[in-house]
Amino acid sequence: MNQLDFPILSLMMGLPMLAAIICLFLGAHAARLLALATTLVLFALGVVLWANYDIGGPQWQYVERADLFGNFAWALGIDGISMMLIMLTVFLMPICIGASWESIKERVGEYMAAFLFMEVLMIGVFAAQDIFLFYILFEAGLIPMYLIIGVWGGANRIYASYKFFLYTLLGSVVMLIAMLWMVQDAGTSDIPTLLNYDFAVEAQTWLWLAFFASFAVKMPMWPFHTWLPDAHVQAPTAGSVILAGVLLKMGGYGFLRFSLPMFPEASAQFIWLIFGLSMVAVIYTSLVALVQEDMKKLIAYSSVAHMAIVTVGLFAFNRQGIEGAIIVMLSHGLVSAALFLCVGVIYDRLHTREISRYGGLAINMPKYAVFFLLFTMASIGLPGTSGFVGEFLSLIGLYQVNSWVTLVCTVGIILGAGYMLYLYRRVAFGELMHDDVKAMPDMSIREIALLAPIAAAVMWMGVYPESFMAPIRGDVGALVARIDRATPQGDAHLKMGQVKASPTTHETESSHGESH
Amino acid sequence: MDYGLSLIFTLPEIILTVSGLILLLIAAWGGGKSARLITILAVVALFGASAYALEFLTNPSFEFGGDAFDGLYRMDRFGSFAKLLIYFAAIVSLIVAPRFFKDNGSYSPEYPVLILFATIGMGMMVSAVDMMTLYIGLELNSLSAYVLASFIRNDIRSSEAGLKYFVLGALASGMLLFGISLVYGFAGSTNFTVISETLTGELSTGPLIGVVLVLAGLAFKVSAVPFHMWTPDVYEGAPTPVTAFFASAPKVAAIALTVRVIIDAFGGQTSTWQQIIVFVALASIVLGAVAGIGQQNIKRLLAYSSINNVGFLLIGLAAGTAQGISAMLFYLVIYVVMTLGSFICVMEMRDAEGKPLETLSSLAGLSRTRPGLAAAFAVFMFSLAGIPPLFGFWGKFLVFDAAVAAGMLPLAVIGIAASVIGAFYYIKVVKIIYFDDPSGEIVKTGHKTENALIALLAVAVSPLGYLAIPLLAPVTAAAAQALF
Repeated sequence: MNQLDFPILSLMMGLPMLAAIICLFLGAHAARLLALATTLVLFALGVVLWANYDIGGPQWQYVERADLFGNFAWALGIDGISMMLIMLTVFLMPICIGASWESIKERVGEYMAAFLFMEVLMIGVFAAQDIFLFYILFEAGLIPMYLIIGVWGGANRIYASYKFFLYTLLGSVVMLIAMLWMVQDAGTSDIPTLLNYDFAVEAQTWLWLAFFASFAVKMPMWPFHTWLPDAHVQAPTAGSVILAGVLLKMGGYGFLRFSLPMFPEASAQFIWLIFGLSMVAVIYTSLVALVQEDMKKLIAYSSVAHMAIVTVGLFAFNRQGIEGAIIVMLSHGLVSAALFLCVGVIYDRLHTREISRYGGLAINMPKYAVFFLLFTMASIGLPGTSGFVGEFLSLIGLYQVNSWVTLVCTVGIILGAGYMLYLYRRVAFGELMHDDVKAMPDMSIREIALLAPIAAAVMWMGVYPESFMAPIRGDVGALVARIDRATPQGDAHLKMGQVKASPTTHETESSHGESH
Repeated sequence: MDYGLSLIFTLPEIILTVSGLILLLIAAWGGGKSARLITILAVVALFGASAYALEFLTNPSFEFGGDAFDGLYRMDRFGSFAKLLIYFAAIVSLIVAPRFFKDNGSYSPEYPVLILFATIGMGMMVSAVDMMTLYIGLELNSLSAYVLASFIRNDIRSSEAGLKYFVLGALASGMLLFGISLVYGFAGSTNFTVISETLTGELSTGPLIGVVLVLAGLAFKVSAVPFHMWTPDVYEGAPTPVTAFFASAPKVAAIALTVRVIIDAFGGQTSTWQQIIVFVALASIVLGAVAGIGQQNIKRLLAYSSINNVGFLLIGLAAGTAQGISAMLFYLVIYVVMTLGSFICVMEMRDAEGKPLETLSSLAGLSRTRPGLAAAFAVFMFSLAGIPPLFGFWGKFLVFDAAVAAGMLPLAVIGIAASVIGAFYYIKVVKIIYFDDPSGEIVKTGHKTENALIALLAVAVSPLGYLAIPLLAPVTAAAAQALF
């Protein structure tokens, strides 16, 4: 069956499902403990998954398949990319549970059940090897997230939950029709087979657009991003963490898993669309982030800008770009999750996210200020943190395709440094103006325990990214080989420098000498 | 003509007819006290009829079915499948009825008898291969339904529902009859096979109008736009168990009947009926989705939801293939389960004095006071909206799959995009139940039977339902194949 001789992926989905059902019937404290225990066990299973992953082995590992449903199968299996995203999920989930430990007081059982159900779906989305199973799990995430935002969210939660639900649903329904057509054309719903099936080039165009509608909303790309700031602001802290940390990655994963390898020609054909929207996103959402008064909104807009770096990297059609995009996805998953947690820490104390209500926190909350600074720097992409590795690689890849887009995206990264540093200055530096802020205690042990693992991971990814890139290398190689035939011509037209004949060298030297 | 064989083929109807007549006599002499007994006996009779329908469906020796009474009636897998579904819906509507009517003291033995007669009519409808059988079945069903709608005599809304249903139903029957007579006039027969052999090639105006009028009459019965106007009023006014019955069993019968008429009788006229069905399907989806948004009464909302779902069902018919019909049948199974489930949930909405509540606002914060009922309600709503992983998604999946396979991509894309509009009011119900502050109007009823039924139906449309696919899919495929 697989290298572990038992269906570990099914176990990783079955366990939280079971725990979710039990949580519905438990009291508040028992539900918290059960949810924490389950997510920690899943993290341990994730470590087992990684430890036993055979780098350079077969592309699909831990494969399992049961033909349970007639038209489609319970088919799971992961490659390196899926594994890293599953790791991200199981790593963030215990932190989410911990972040809700004290802030969620009502209907704890249902809350924990929703999160555990969410975890089932997220693992399933990244592990599904059947296109319909993927769709079902991908869409099913709407229900728990709708409830999380709507029941435990902020003041304007109902509007935000409607918008989230309908927006993402509208994005993905047309994708289903495209999937139905693809399966009828190819005669199978098996994703590994579909990955190597060549669809007619004319059909690819609208299939690509149907998938684009779904993933662009999920990602989110400008101008389909408007649901995100609302959803983030209204969701409880842990909801924002999971939304920014994992759910947004589903869009990038979709482009990587479906759009690029299944429709390479169409992807090349629409490269202008991706680049155009991403350029607007990088500049526009960064500028919007600069003027935000609400911390969560600021980070939400910064997510849109970071995701634009992911899309340009993916559609660079080369190894550096795609590997970079994956690392940005992982890094953003960690960093934005940590930033939302940082917001959560002070929100729990003062119950406002308004930036101007804070200031001078470095004085009375030094530990908090250190963590916040680290994640701010990681978000900016300072070398030594995870953000740098991904952005650098993406931009190198992008530069081979289009130097102008690279220029614009780099400017966006500078703007990113601008709004993040501005945010940090307003929150952490300056004088302690307000008495209530002055009274805020520094981080508790629980809060440190939540942020420290993320900080360690961010540094690890920044200093030794090889750990994270080794598992994905083979898969990116396969993807690049697959899309090679459609790779667009770069605009640089680089030529190998000609080795000049020695007399010329002499002449140059002499002319050099003369000018002195 | 072999009467013995004809009688065997019609056994489900014969069982129900004989039991219906006997129960009517018991009711005449036993009076109101016998109501409970008669209900139980009616359920038993329905189980008996189901046993025969199941036998016809699954026994290989009945694989190709057979005609009874000189081609007036056909026993085949398609009809048997539809009958099983109808009997199931009738049984559920009978089980939940006594408790509902007991509280306003108007339960009487005529209720189960009328349900039985309506069921016989529906059995005739789905087995009809002749316009005459079709009409008789339809009228037997409709006349029982008119009385059922106005069953609570002293309730003005119930009486209004019955009257409205009767007047509009008579109009539809008139259209249908006029259509039948035109088709008969040009085809020279009322038999479906003869009609399809005669009406070939380009139709002249006369038979064309006939076909359109027949389809219009049938569209009224399935409550498809633009003949849907009666649905919200009747669903709202009729007693809730009757509404549950209306939304499930007759819908199955009318849709199965429409399928048979279109495939058998007008099979040679694909281009004629296909454009009508495509229009009706899309109009039903869109109107069912848009008009439901403003509703404040849960029964009216579910009425629009059923119009919306009929639109999706008709997409399978528009495809016109065996795959499409099979998808419709599968969708019908899920639809019946979801509809019955949500109406039983509505029946459980009682205030402290046991009075039934119907407004959406009374559902506010139900998840705090009755978490189980709230969860079931949410499951049915998400399922009706077709959000995966709930099983309601699978019905939509299958009809869209059939439409895509038949090359009707624009229909599939518009239909599925419109389903997002419909999702709005379903999630609005969930919002009221889960997000709003409790109104505390709805109290615990402690009705064990109803709660067990709700739990059963909710589990059936939960993701566990997917495990039933390998079981049901071959049956629906075989049933659909019987038509081709």
